[in-house]
Amino acid sequence: MEINNLIAFLGENMQMIYILILSVFVGVEVIGKVPSVLHTPLMSGANAIHGVVIIGSIIVMLNTPADNIGLLTLGFIAVVLGTLNVVGGFVVTDRMLEMFKKKEKK
Amino acid sequence: MNQYILEIIYLIASVTFVIGLKMLSGPQTARSGNLWAAFGMTIAIAGTIYLYNSNDPSAVTTREPIKMAFIFGGIAVGTIIGWMTAKRVKMTAMPELVSLFNGMGGACAALISLLEFHHNVGQSERIAVIMAGLIIGSVSFSGSIIAFLKLNGTLSKSLRLPHYNKINTLLMIVTVLAGVYLTASNSDSFGFLILVFALSLLYGVLFVVPIGGADMPVVISLLNSFTGLAAAFGGFLYGNQVMLTGGILVGSAGTLLTVAMCKAMNRPLFNVIFGAFGESAAVATGKSGVTGSIKDISISDTAVLMNYSKKVIIVPGYGLAVAQAQHVIHELEQLLEERGVDVKYAIHPVAGRMPGHMNVLLAESNVDYSKLSEMEEINPEFSNTDVVVVVGANDVVNPAAKTDPSSPIYGMPILDVENSKHIIVNKRSMSAGYAGIDNELFYNPKTSMLFGDAKDVLTKLVAELKTM
Repeated sequence: MEINNLIAFLGENMQMIYILILSVFVGVEVIGKVPSVLHTPLMSGANAIHGVVIIGSIIVMLNTPADNIGLLTLGFIAVVLGTLNVVGGFVVTDRMLEMFKKKEKK
Repeated sequence: MNQYILEIIYLIASVTFVIGLKMLSGPQTARSGNLWAAFGMTIAIAGTIYLYNSNDPSAVTTREPIKMAFIFGGIAVGTIIGWMTAKRVKMTAMPELVSLFNGMGGACAALISLLEFHHNVGQSERIAVIMAGLIIGSVSFSGSIIAFLKLNGTLSKSLRLPHYNKINTLLMIVTVLAGVYLTASNSDSFGFLILVFALSLLYGVLFVVPIGGADMPVVISLLNSFTGLAAAFGGFLYGNQVMLTGGILVGSAGTLLTVAMCKAMNRPLFNVIFGAFGESAAVATGKSGVTGSIKDISISDTAVLMNYSKKVIIVPGYGLAVAQAQHVIHELEQLLEERGVDVKYAIHPVAGRMPGHMNVLLAESNVDYSKLSEMEEINPEFSNTDVVVVVGANDVVNPAAKTDPSSPIYGMPILDVENSKHIIVNKRSMSAGYAGIDNELFYNPKTSMLFGDAKDVLTKLVAELKTM
Protein backbone atom coordinates (compact mmCIF):
# COMPACT_ATOMS: atom_id res chain seq x y z
CA MET A 1 0.00 0.00 0.00
CA GLU A 2 2.72 2.41 1.04
CA ILE A 3 4.81 1.33 -1.92
CA ASN A 4 1.88 1.97 -4.26
CA ASN A 5 1.49 5.46 -2.80
CA LEU A 6 5.16 6.13 -3.36
CA ILE A 7 5.05 4.93 -6.95
CA ALA A 8 1.95 7.01 -7.61
CA PHE A 9 3.67 10.04 -6.06
CA LEU A 10 6.75 9.56 -8.21
CA GLY A 11 4.64 9.04 -11.33
CA GLU A 12 2.58 12.16 -10.74
CA ASN A 13 5.69 14.26 -10.19
CA MET A 14 7.84 12.70 -12.87
CA GLN A 15 8.48 16.01 -14.63
CA MET A 16 9.76 17.58 -11.40
CA ILE A 17 11.93 14.58 -10.70
CA TYR A 18 13.51 14.91 -14.15
CA ILE A 19 14.25 18.56 -13.45
CA LEU A 20 15.68 17.66 -10.07
CA ILE A 21 18.07 15.01 -11.34
CA LEU A 22 19.21 16.98 -14.37
CA SER A 23 19.75 20.08 -12.21
CA VAL A 24 22.08 18.11 -9.95
CA PHE A 25 24.25 17.26 -12.96
CA VAL A 26 24.11 20.78 -14.36
CA GLY A 27 25.10 22.21 -10.99
CA VAL A 28 28.07 19.90 -10.65
CA GLU A 29 29.23 20.42 -14.25
CA VAL A 30 28.91 24.20 -14.28
CA ILE A 31 30.58 24.71 -10.93
CA GLY A 32 33.29 22.13 -11.38
CA LYS A 33 35.09 24.54 -13.67
CA VAL A 34 35.28 27.56 -11.37
CA PRO A 35 38.88 28.40 -10.41
CA SER A 36 39.56 28.57 -6.68
CA VAL A 37 40.25 32.32 -6.83
CA LEU A 38 36.57 32.86 -7.56
CA HIS A 39 35.30 30.54 -4.86
CA THR A 40 34.22 33.31 -2.51
CA PRO A 41 32.18 35.21 -5.13
CA LEU A 42 30.80 31.89 -6.33
CA MET A 43 29.63 30.93 -2.86
CA SER A 44 28.08 34.35 -2.50
CA GLY A 45 26.43 34.18 -5.94
CA ALA A 46 25.02 30.73 -5.23
CA ASN A 47 23.82 32.09 -1.91
CA ALA A 48 21.85 34.77 -3.76
CA ILE A 49 20.36 32.23 -6.15
CA HIS A 50 18.87 30.08 -3.42
CA GLY A 51 17.04 33.23 -2.41
CA VAL A 52 14.62 31.98 -5.07
CA VAL A 53 12.83 30.58 -2.03
CA ILE A 54 11.21 34.04 -1.86
CA ILE A 55 8.87 32.88 -4.62
CA GLY A 56 7.47 30.34 -2.18
CA SER A 57 6.77 33.08 0.33
CA ILE A 58 4.98 35.15 -2.33
CA ILE A 59 2.85 32.14 -3.25
CA VAL A 60 1.95 31.65 0.43
CA MET A 61 0.84 35.27 0.58
CA LEU A 62 -1.22 35.07 -2.61
CA ASN A 63 -3.04 31.97 -1.35
CA THR A 64 -3.77 33.40 2.10
CA PRO A 65 -7.25 34.86 2.71
CA ALA A 66 -6.99 38.66 2.82
CA ASP A 67 -8.69 38.88 6.22
CA ASN A 68 -6.19 36.66 8.03
CA ILE A 69 -3.80 39.35 9.25
CA GLY A 70 -1.83 36.90 11.43
CA LEU A 71 -0.90 34.69 8.50
CA LEU A 72 -0.28 37.72 6.28
CA THR A 73 2.14 39.10 8.87
CA LEU A 74 4.07 35.84 9.00
CA GLY A 75 4.09 35.78 5.20
CA PHE A 76 5.34 39.36 5.23
CA ILE A 77 8.26 38.33 7.45
CA ALA A 78 9.03 35.46 5.07
CA VAL A 79 9.04 37.87 2.11
CA VAL A 80 11.40 40.24 3.98
CA LEU A 81 13.77 37.37 4.81
CA GLY A 82 13.73 36.06 1.24
CA THR A 83 14.32 39.52 -0.19
CA LEU A 84 17.25 40.04 2.19
CA ASN A 85 18.77 36.83 0.88
CA VAL A 86 18.26 37.78 -2.78
CA VAL A 87 19.16 41.47 -2.73
CA GLY A 88 21.94 41.22 -0.14
CA GLY A 89 23.40 38.20 -1.92
CA PHE A 90 23.50 39.75 -5.38
CA VAL A 91 24.76 43.15 -4.17
CA VAL A 92 27.57 41.62 -2.10
CA THR A 93 28.61 39.40 -4.99
CA ASP A 94 28.60 42.38 -7.31
CA ARG A 95 30.78 44.33 -4.90
CA MET A 96 33.32 41.53 -4.79
CA LEU A 97 33.37 41.13 -8.55
CA GLU A 98 33.59 44.86 -9.16
CA MET A 99 37.07 44.65 -7.71
CA PHE A 100 38.12 41.87 -10.01
CA LYS A 101 36.91 43.89 -12.95
CA LYS A 102 38.78 47.06 -12.01
CA LYS A 103 41.95 45.10 -11.80
CA GLU A 104 41.35 43.43 -15.18
CA LYS A 105 41.13 46.82 -16.88
CA LYS A 106 44.34 47.98 -15.34
CA MET B 1 -2.65 31.66 -20.73
CA ASN B 2 -1.03 33.44 -17.78
CA GLN B 3 0.09 30.07 -16.51
CA TYR B 4 2.06 29.46 -19.72
CA ILE B 5 3.61 32.92 -19.71
CA LEU B 6 4.72 32.36 -16.12
CA GLU B 7 6.22 29.00 -17.00
CA ILE B 8 8.16 30.59 -19.85
CA ILE B 9 9.43 33.25 -17.43
CA TYR B 10 10.50 30.49 -15.03
CA LEU B 11 12.30 28.74 -17.87
CA ILE B 12 14.18 31.91 -18.75
CA ALA B 13 15.03 32.48 -15.08
CA SER B 14 16.34 28.93 -14.70
CA VAL B 15 18.54 29.40 -17.76
CA THR B 16 19.92 32.68 -16.39
CA PHE B 17 20.82 30.90 -13.14
CA VAL B 18 22.79 28.27 -15.02
CA ILE B 19 24.43 30.87 -17.27
CA GLY B 20 25.15 33.08 -14.28
CA LEU B 21 26.94 30.30 -12.44
CA LYS B 22 28.77 29.36 -15.63
CA MET B 23 29.95 32.93 -16.19
CA LEU B 24 31.18 33.13 -12.61
CA SER B 25 33.96 30.80 -13.71
CA GLY B 26 36.02 33.58 -15.30
CA PRO B 27 37.09 36.92 -13.84
CA GLN B 28 36.04 38.76 -17.01
CA THR B 29 32.55 37.33 -17.24
CA ALA B 30 31.83 36.84 -13.54
CA ARG B 31 30.24 40.18 -12.92
CA SER B 32 27.83 40.01 -15.81
CA GLY B 33 27.04 36.43 -14.81
CA ASN B 34 25.91 37.66 -11.42
CA LEU B 35 23.80 40.36 -13.08
CA TRP B 36 22.19 37.81 -15.40
CA ALA B 37 21.19 35.68 -12.44
CA ALA B 38 19.84 38.77 -10.68
CA PHE B 39 17.84 39.63 -13.78
CA GLY B 40 16.37 36.13 -13.90
CA MET B 41 15.48 36.37 -10.24
CA THR B 42 13.74 39.71 -10.76
CA ILE B 43 11.52 38.50 -13.60
CA ALA B 44 10.71 35.30 -11.70
CA ILE B 45 9.60 37.32 -8.66
CA ALA B 46 7.61 39.86 -10.71
CA GLY B 47 6.03 37.09 -12.77
CA THR B 48 4.98 35.21 -9.64
CA ILE B 49 3.40 38.31 -8.11
CA TYR B 50 1.26 39.12 -11.17
CA LEU B 51 0.73 35.83 -13.00
CA TYR B 52 0.77 33.02 -10.45
CA ASN B 53 -2.43 31.06 -10.02
CA SER B 54 -2.80 28.08 -7.75
CA ASN B 55 -3.74 24.88 -9.59
CA ASP B 56 -4.64 23.27 -6.30
CA PRO B 57 -8.41 23.61 -5.65
CA SER B 58 -7.88 23.88 -1.88
CA ALA B 59 -5.82 27.06 -2.24
CA VAL B 60 -7.42 30.07 -3.89
CA THR B 61 -5.17 32.73 -5.32
CA THR B 62 -6.42 36.28 -4.96
CA ARG B 63 -4.81 39.70 -5.25
CA GLU B 64 -6.57 42.08 -2.86
CA PRO B 65 -4.83 45.42 -2.38
CA ILE B 66 -3.98 44.64 1.23
CA LYS B 67 -2.11 41.49 0.25
CA MET B 68 -0.26 43.25 -2.52
CA ALA B 69 0.66 45.97 -0.02
CA PHE B 70 2.08 43.32 2.33
CA ILE B 71 4.06 41.70 -0.48
CA PHE B 72 5.49 44.92 -1.90
CA GLY B 73 6.07 46.24 1.60
CA GLY B 74 8.08 43.13 2.44
CA ILE B 75 10.10 43.38 -0.73
CA ALA B 76 10.77 47.08 -0.10
CA VAL B 77 11.90 46.51 3.49
CA GLY B 78 14.11 43.56 2.51
CA THR B 79 15.61 45.43 -0.42
CA ILE B 80 16.50 48.52 1.58
CA ILE B 81 18.04 46.60 4.50
CA GLY B 82 19.80 44.08 2.24
CA TRP B 83 21.15 46.74 -0.10
CA MET B 84 22.41 49.01 2.67
CA THR B 85 24.06 46.19 4.60
CA ALA B 86 25.72 44.76 1.52
CA LYS B 87 26.97 48.15 0.37
CA ARG B 88 28.31 49.20 3.73
CA VAL B 89 29.98 46.05 4.94
CA LYS B 90 33.76 45.97 4.91
CA MET B 91 35.40 43.48 2.59
CA THR B 92 36.84 41.71 5.62
CA ALA B 93 33.39 41.04 7.02
CA MET B 94 32.20 39.40 3.80
CA PRO B 95 32.20 35.78 5.00
CA GLU B 96 29.97 36.45 7.98
CA LEU B 97 27.61 38.49 5.83
CA VAL B 98 27.26 35.64 3.33
CA SER B 99 26.52 33.41 6.28
CA LEU B 100 23.90 35.83 7.58
CA PHE B 101 22.11 36.12 4.22
CA ASN B 102 22.22 32.37 3.93
CA GLY B 103 20.47 32.13 7.30
CA MET B 104 17.75 34.50 6.07
CA GLY B 105 17.03 32.17 3.14
CA GLY B 106 16.85 29.20 5.51
CA ALA B 107 14.47 31.05 7.81
CA CYS B 108 12.29 31.96 4.83
CA ALA B 109 12.08 28.29 3.80
CA ALA B 110 11.24 27.23 7.36
CA LEU B 111 8.53 29.88 7.65
CA ILE B 112 6.93 28.77 4.37
CA SER B 113 6.75 25.23 5.73
CA LEU B 114 5.17 26.42 8.97
CA LEU B 115 2.54 28.37 7.04
CA GLU B 116 1.79 25.57 4.58
CA PHE B 117 1.48 22.84 7.18
CA HIS B 118 -2.08 23.32 8.34
CA HIS B 119 -4.02 23.15 5.09
CA ASN B 120 -1.97 20.28 3.70
CA VAL B 121 -2.70 17.89 6.56
CA GLY B 122 -4.04 14.68 5.14
CA GLN B 123 -1.83 14.69 2.06
CA SER B 124 1.08 12.80 3.52
CA GLU B 125 3.45 13.26 0.54
CA ARG B 126 3.03 17.01 0.73
CA ILE B 127 3.50 16.98 4.50
CA ALA B 128 6.70 14.97 4.02
CA VAL B 129 8.02 17.66 1.66
CA ILE B 130 6.95 20.38 4.10
CA MET B 131 8.71 18.61 6.98
CA ALA B 132 11.91 18.27 4.96
CA GLY B 133 11.81 21.98 4.10
CA LEU B 134 11.11 22.88 7.73
CA ILE B 135 13.91 20.81 9.22
CA ILE B 136 16.58 21.71 6.66
CA GLY B 137 15.58 25.38 6.54
CA SER B 138 15.63 25.71 10.33
CA VAL B 139 18.98 23.94 10.71
CA SER B 140 20.41 26.19 8.04
CA PHE B 141 18.99 29.27 9.75
CA SER B 142 20.20 28.66 13.29
CA GLY B 143 23.50 27.17 12.06
CA SER B 144 24.19 30.20 9.86
CA ILE B 145 23.46 32.59 12.71
CA ILE B 146 25.92 30.73 14.94
CA ALA B 147 28.49 30.76 12.12
CA PHE B 148 27.89 34.49 11.75
CA LEU B 149 28.39 35.09 15.48
CA LYS B 150 31.53 32.98 15.52
CA LEU B 151 33.06 34.74 12.53
CA ASN B 152 32.41 38.24 13.80
CA GLY B 153 33.93 37.30 17.12
CA THR B 154 30.85 37.41 19.35
CA LEU B 155 31.18 33.70 19.97
CA SER B 156 34.91 33.20 20.05
CA LYS B 157 35.24 29.92 21.88
CA SER B 158 34.14 26.59 20.53
CA LEU B 159 31.72 25.32 23.12
CA ARG B 160 31.79 21.60 23.46
CA LEU B 161 29.34 19.68 25.55
CA PRO B 162 30.58 16.36 26.82
CA HIS B 163 29.73 13.62 24.31
CA TYR B 164 28.45 16.28 21.94
CA ASN B 165 28.80 13.93 18.96
CA LYS B 166 26.44 11.45 20.57
CA ILE B 167 24.08 14.21 21.70
CA ASN B 168 24.03 15.75 18.21
CA THR B 169 23.47 12.45 16.45
CA LEU B 170 20.72 11.56 18.89
CA LEU B 171 19.11 14.97 18.47
CA MET B 172 19.23 14.62 14.69
CA ILE B 173 17.55 11.22 14.87
CA VAL B 174 14.88 12.50 17.28
CA THR B 175 14.20 15.51 15.03
CA VAL B 176 13.83 13.38 11.91
CA LEU B 177 11.66 10.85 13.75
CA ALA B 178 9.42 13.64 15.04
CA GLY B 179 9.05 14.88 11.46
CA VAL B 180 8.30 11.37 10.21
CA TYR B 181 5.77 10.85 13.00
CA LEU B 182 3.98 14.07 12.17
CA THR B 183 3.90 13.04 8.51
CA ALA B 184 2.67 9.52 9.11
CA SER B 185 0.13 10.34 11.82
CA ASN B 186 -1.88 12.82 9.71
CA SER B 187 -1.98 14.88 12.87
CA ASP B 188 -2.83 18.57 12.74
CA SER B 189 -1.05 19.29 16.02
CA PHE B 190 0.36 22.80 15.96
CA GLY B 191 2.28 22.11 19.16
CA PHE B 192 4.03 19.14 17.60
CA LEU B 193 4.87 21.20 14.53
CA ILE B 194 6.52 23.82 16.75
CA LEU B 195 8.37 21.01 18.53
CA VAL B 196 9.89 19.84 15.24
CA PHE B 197 10.78 23.45 14.45
CA ALA B 198 12.41 23.97 17.87
CA LEU B 199 14.32 20.69 17.68
CA SER B 200 15.65 21.64 14.24
CA LEU B 201 16.77 25.05 15.46
CA LEU B 202 18.49 23.46 18.43
CA TYR B 203 20.21 20.95 16.17
CA GLY B 204 21.49 23.75 13.93
CA VAL B 205 23.00 25.50 16.96
CA LEU B 206 24.59 22.37 18.39
CA PHE B 207 25.82 21.35 14.93
CA VAL B 208 27.88 24.52 14.40
CA VAL B 209 28.84 25.47 17.98
CA PRO B 210 31.52 22.78 18.46
CA ILE B 211 33.06 23.33 15.02
CA GLY B 212 35.97 25.65 15.35
CA GLY B 213 39.14 26.77 13.77
CA ALA B 214 39.79 26.68 10.11
CA ASP B 215 36.70 24.59 9.45
CA MET B 216 34.28 27.51 9.45
CA PRO B 217 34.38 28.12 5.65
CA VAL B 218 33.46 24.49 5.07
CA VAL B 219 30.48 24.85 7.38
CA ILE B 220 29.22 27.97 5.64
CA SER B 221 29.49 26.25 2.31
CA LEU B 222 27.64 23.24 3.66
CA LEU B 223 24.86 25.38 5.13
CA ASN B 224 24.67 27.19 1.80
CA SER B 225 23.83 23.94 0.07
CA PHE B 226 21.35 23.12 2.87
CA THR B 227 19.40 26.28 2.12
CA GLY B 228 19.50 25.41 -1.57
CA LEU B 229 17.97 22.06 -0.70
CA ALA B 230 15.30 23.69 1.47
CA ALA B 231 14.39 25.98 -1.45
CA ALA B 232 14.18 22.95 -3.73
CA PHE B 233 11.72 21.28 -1.36
CA GLY B 234 9.62 24.41 -1.59
CA GLY B 235 9.77 24.03 -5.36
CA PHE B 236 8.55 20.46 -5.05
CA LEU B 237 5.70 21.55 -2.81
CA TYR B 238 4.37 24.12 -5.28
CA GLY B 239 5.37 22.27 -8.43
CA ASN B 240 7.44 25.38 -9.07
CA GLN B 241 10.21 24.71 -11.57
CA VAL B 242 12.37 27.76 -10.95
CA MET B 243 12.52 27.14 -7.19
CA LEU B 244 13.49 23.57 -7.91
CA THR B 245 16.23 24.35 -10.43
CA GLY B 246 17.59 27.28 -8.41
CA GLY B 247 17.58 25.30 -5.18
CA ILE B 248 19.09 22.14 -6.59
CA LEU B 249 21.76 24.07 -8.54
CA VAL B 250 22.90 25.68 -5.32
CA GLY B 251 22.54 22.41 -3.43
CA SER B 252 24.85 20.55 -5.78
CA ALA B 253 27.17 23.54 -6.24
CA GLY B 254 27.48 24.05 -2.50
CA THR B 255 28.19 20.38 -1.94
CA LEU B 256 30.87 20.39 -4.61
CA LEU B 257 32.43 23.54 -3.19
CA THR B 258 32.37 22.01 0.29
CA VAL B 259 34.19 18.94 -0.98
CA ALA B 260 36.70 21.13 -2.85
CA MET B 261 37.45 23.05 0.35
CA CYS B 262 37.88 19.87 2.33
CA LYS B 263 40.31 18.64 -0.31
CA ALA B 264 42.30 21.87 -0.02
CA MET B 265 42.66 21.18 3.68
CA ASN B 266 43.18 17.47 3.16
CA ARG B 267 40.52 16.64 5.69
CA PRO B 268 37.54 14.38 5.09
CA LEU B 269 34.17 16.09 5.43
CA PHE B 270 33.24 13.54 8.09
CA ASN B 271 35.99 14.85 10.39
CA VAL B 272 34.84 18.41 9.91
CA ILE B 273 31.26 17.61 10.82
CA PHE B 274 32.06 15.32 13.69
CA GLY B 275 34.54 17.75 15.10
CA ALA B 276 37.71 15.64 15.14
CA PHE B 277 39.56 18.90 14.55
CA GLY B 278 38.29 20.53 17.71
CA GLU B 279 38.93 17.54 19.91
CA SER B 280 42.54 17.00 18.91
CA ALA B 281 43.20 20.75 18.98
CA ALA B 282 42.26 20.76 22.63
CA VAL B 283 44.76 17.98 23.22
CA ALA B 284 47.50 19.73 21.26
CA THR B 285 47.21 23.00 23.12
CA GLY B 286 47.30 21.10 26.37
CA LYS B 287 50.56 19.46 25.36
CA SER B 288 52.19 22.59 23.88
CA GLY B 289 55.38 20.81 22.95
CA VAL B 290 57.01 23.59 20.96
CA THR B 291 59.88 25.32 22.73
CA GLY B 292 62.76 27.50 21.71
CA SER B 293 63.57 31.15 21.49
CA ILE B 294 62.13 33.67 19.12
CA LYS B 295 63.96 36.52 17.49
CA ASP B 296 62.65 40.06 17.00
CA ILE B 297 63.50 42.25 14.04
CA SER B 298 63.20 46.02 13.77
CA ILE B 299 61.41 47.83 11.00
CA SER B 300 64.57 49.37 9.61
CA ASP B 301 66.35 46.01 9.51
CA THR B 302 63.36 44.56 7.67
CA ALA B 303 63.47 47.42 5.19
CA VAL B 304 67.18 46.87 4.52
CA LEU B 305 66.70 43.16 4.13
CA MET B 306 63.88 43.61 1.63
CA ASN B 307 65.55 46.39 -0.28
CA TYR B 308 68.55 44.22 -1.08
CA SER B 309 66.58 41.11 -1.93
CA LYS B 310 66.02 39.76 -5.41
CA LYS B 311 62.85 37.97 -4.67
CA VAL B 312 60.21 38.52 -2.00
CA ILE B 313 57.09 36.45 -1.46
CA ILE B 314 54.23 37.81 0.62
CA VAL B 315 52.00 35.33 2.44
CA PRO B 316 48.78 37.09 3.43
CA GLY B 317 46.38 35.73 6.03
CA TYR B 318 43.35 36.77 7.98
CA GLY B 319 45.43 39.22 10.06
CA LEU B 320 45.91 41.28 6.90
CA ALA B 321 42.16 41.45 6.46
CA VAL B 322 41.52 42.36 10.08
CA ALA B 323 44.07 45.17 9.99
CA GLN B 324 42.68 46.44 6.64
CA ALA B 325 46.27 46.38 5.39
CA GLN B 326 45.53 45.34 1.79
CA HIS B 327 46.23 48.81 0.37
CA VAL B 328 49.47 49.40 2.18
CA ILE B 329 50.77 45.96 1.26
CA HIS B 330 50.14 46.80 -2.38
CA GLU B 331 52.09 50.01 -1.86
CA LEU B 332 54.96 47.99 -0.39
CA GLU B 333 54.85 45.62 -3.34
CA GLN B 334 54.95 48.48 -5.88
CA LEU B 335 57.81 50.19 -4.05
CA LEU B 336 59.87 47.00 -4.05
CA GLU B 337 59.05 46.32 -7.71
CA GLU B 338 60.30 49.80 -8.62
CA ARG B 339 63.60 48.87 -7.06
CA GLY B 340 63.85 45.72 -9.09
CA VAL B 341 62.70 43.25 -6.47
CA ASP B 342 60.52 40.44 -7.76
CA VAL B 343 57.42 40.35 -5.55
CA LYS B 344 54.72 37.69 -5.51
CA TYR B 345 51.83 36.75 -3.29
CA ALA B 346 51.43 33.17 -2.15
CA ILE B 347 47.77 32.37 -1.66
CA HIS B 348 46.92 29.31 0.39
CA PRO B 349 43.54 27.84 -0.60
CA VAL B 350 42.10 28.37 2.88
CA ALA B 351 43.88 31.59 3.81
CA GLY B 352 41.42 33.94 5.46
CA ARG B 353 38.00 32.71 6.36
CA MET B 354 36.78 31.57 2.94
CA PRO B 355 38.45 30.17 -0.15
CA GLY B 356 39.42 33.07 -2.36
CA HIS B 357 39.02 35.51 0.53
CA MET B 358 42.56 36.84 0.06
CA ASN B 359 42.08 37.20 -3.68
CA VAL B 360 39.01 39.34 -3.20
CA LEU B 361 40.79 41.43 -0.62
CA LEU B 362 43.92 41.99 -2.70
CA ALA B 363 41.83 42.65 -5.79
CA GLU B 364 40.20 45.45 -3.80
CA SER B 365 43.54 47.23 -3.59
CA ASN B 366 44.24 46.65 -7.31
CA VAL B 367 46.96 44.05 -6.92
CA ASP B 368 47.75 42.59 -10.33
CA TYR B 369 45.97 39.28 -10.91
CA SER B 370 49.16 37.66 -12.25
CA LYS B 371 51.00 38.36 -9.00
CA LEU B 372 48.73 36.06 -7.03
CA SER B 373 50.12 32.55 -7.07
CA GLU B 374 48.34 29.48 -5.80
CA MET B 375 50.01 27.07 -3.46
CA GLU B 376 51.05 24.36 -5.94
CA GLU B 377 52.74 26.78 -8.32
CA ILE B 378 54.53 28.85 -5.68
CA ASN B 379 55.80 26.10 -3.37
CA PRO B 380 58.82 25.16 -5.54
CA GLU B 381 59.79 28.85 -5.70
CA PHE B 382 60.41 29.31 -1.99
CA SER B 383 63.88 27.74 -2.20
CA ASN B 384 65.16 30.58 -4.39
CA THR B 385 63.41 33.30 -2.46
CA ASP B 386 65.34 35.74 -0.28
CA VAL B 387 62.59 36.95 2.02
CA VAL B 388 59.17 35.61 2.81
CA VAL B 389 56.87 38.03 4.59
CA VAL B 390 54.07 36.32 6.44
CA VAL B 391 51.38 38.89 7.22
CA GLY B 392 48.76 37.74 9.66
CA ALA B 393 48.85 34.12 8.52
CA ASN B 394 49.60 31.27 10.86
CA ASP B 395 48.10 27.83 10.36
CA VAL B 396 48.74 27.82 6.60
CA VAL B 397 52.50 28.08 7.20
CA ASN B 398 52.69 25.76 10.21
CA PRO B 399 55.25 23.00 9.53
CA ALA B 400 53.47 20.79 12.06
CA ALA B 401 51.05 19.99 9.25
CA LYS B 402 53.89 18.05 7.64
CA THR B 403 55.95 16.85 10.56
CA ASP B 404 53.73 16.23 13.56
CA PRO B 405 51.16 13.43 13.14
CA SER B 406 49.56 14.37 16.44
CA SER B 407 48.82 17.90 15.26
CA PRO B 408 45.19 18.64 14.44
CA ILE B 409 46.20 20.14 11.11
CA TYR B 410 48.47 17.21 10.20
CA GLY B 411 48.05 16.39 6.53
CA MET B 412 46.89 19.84 5.45
CA PRO B 413 49.07 21.06 2.59
CA ILE B 414 50.96 24.18 3.62
CA LEU B 415 53.13 26.84 2.02
CA ASP B 416 56.78 25.74 2.29
CA VAL B 417 58.02 29.08 3.57
CA GLU B 418 60.79 27.50 5.64
CA ASN B 419 62.70 26.75 2.41
CA SER B 420 63.47 30.42 1.81
CA LYS B 421 66.52 32.27 3.15
CA HIS B 422 64.73 34.58 5.56
CA ILE B 423 61.27 34.48 7.01
CA ILE B 424 59.69 37.56 8.52
CA VAL B 425 56.49 36.97 10.41
CA ASN B 426 54.23 39.89 11.21
CA LYS B 427 51.82 39.15 14.01
CA ARG B 428 50.15 41.18 16.69
CA SER B 429 51.30 38.85 19.45
CA MET B 430 52.51 35.33 20.05
CA SER B 431 48.98 34.02 20.36
CA ALA B 432 48.04 30.94 18.39
CA GLY B 433 46.21 31.05 15.06
CA TYR B 434 42.53 30.46 14.43
CA ALA B 435 42.97 26.72 14.80
CA GLY B 436 44.35 27.37 18.28
CA ILE B 437 47.69 25.59 17.92
CA ASP B 438 51.31 26.57 18.38
CA ASN B 439 53.56 27.19 15.38
CA GLU B 440 57.16 26.00 15.46
CA LEU B 441 57.95 28.15 12.42
CA PHE B 442 58.28 31.10 14.79
CA TYR B 443 61.15 29.34 16.57
CA ASN B 444 62.99 28.54 13.35
CA PRO B 445 66.49 30.15 13.35
CA LYS B 446 65.69 31.70 9.96
CA THR B 447 62.55 33.35 11.28
CA SER B 448 62.38 36.90 12.63
CA MET B 449 59.27 38.22 14.29
CA LEU B 450 57.95 41.67 13.48
CA PHE B 451 55.31 42.32 16.11
CA GLY B 452 52.55 44.86 15.67
CA ASP B 453 49.34 45.61 13.82
CA ALA B 454 49.82 44.73 10.15
CA LYS B 455 48.70 48.08 8.80
CA ASP B 456 50.77 50.00 11.31
CA VAL B 457 53.93 48.00 10.73
CA LEU B 458 53.62 47.96 6.95
CA THR B 459 53.00 51.71 6.82
CA LYS B 460 56.20 52.31 8.79
CA LEU B 461 58.03 49.83 6.58
CA VAL B 462 56.93 51.66 3.43
CA ALA B 463 58.03 54.99 4.94
CA GLU B 464 61.39 53.48 5.90
CA LEU B 465 61.90 52.04 2.42
CA LYS B 466 61.17 55.40 0.81
CA THR B 467 64.08 56.96 2.68
CA MET B 468 66.52 54.40 1.33
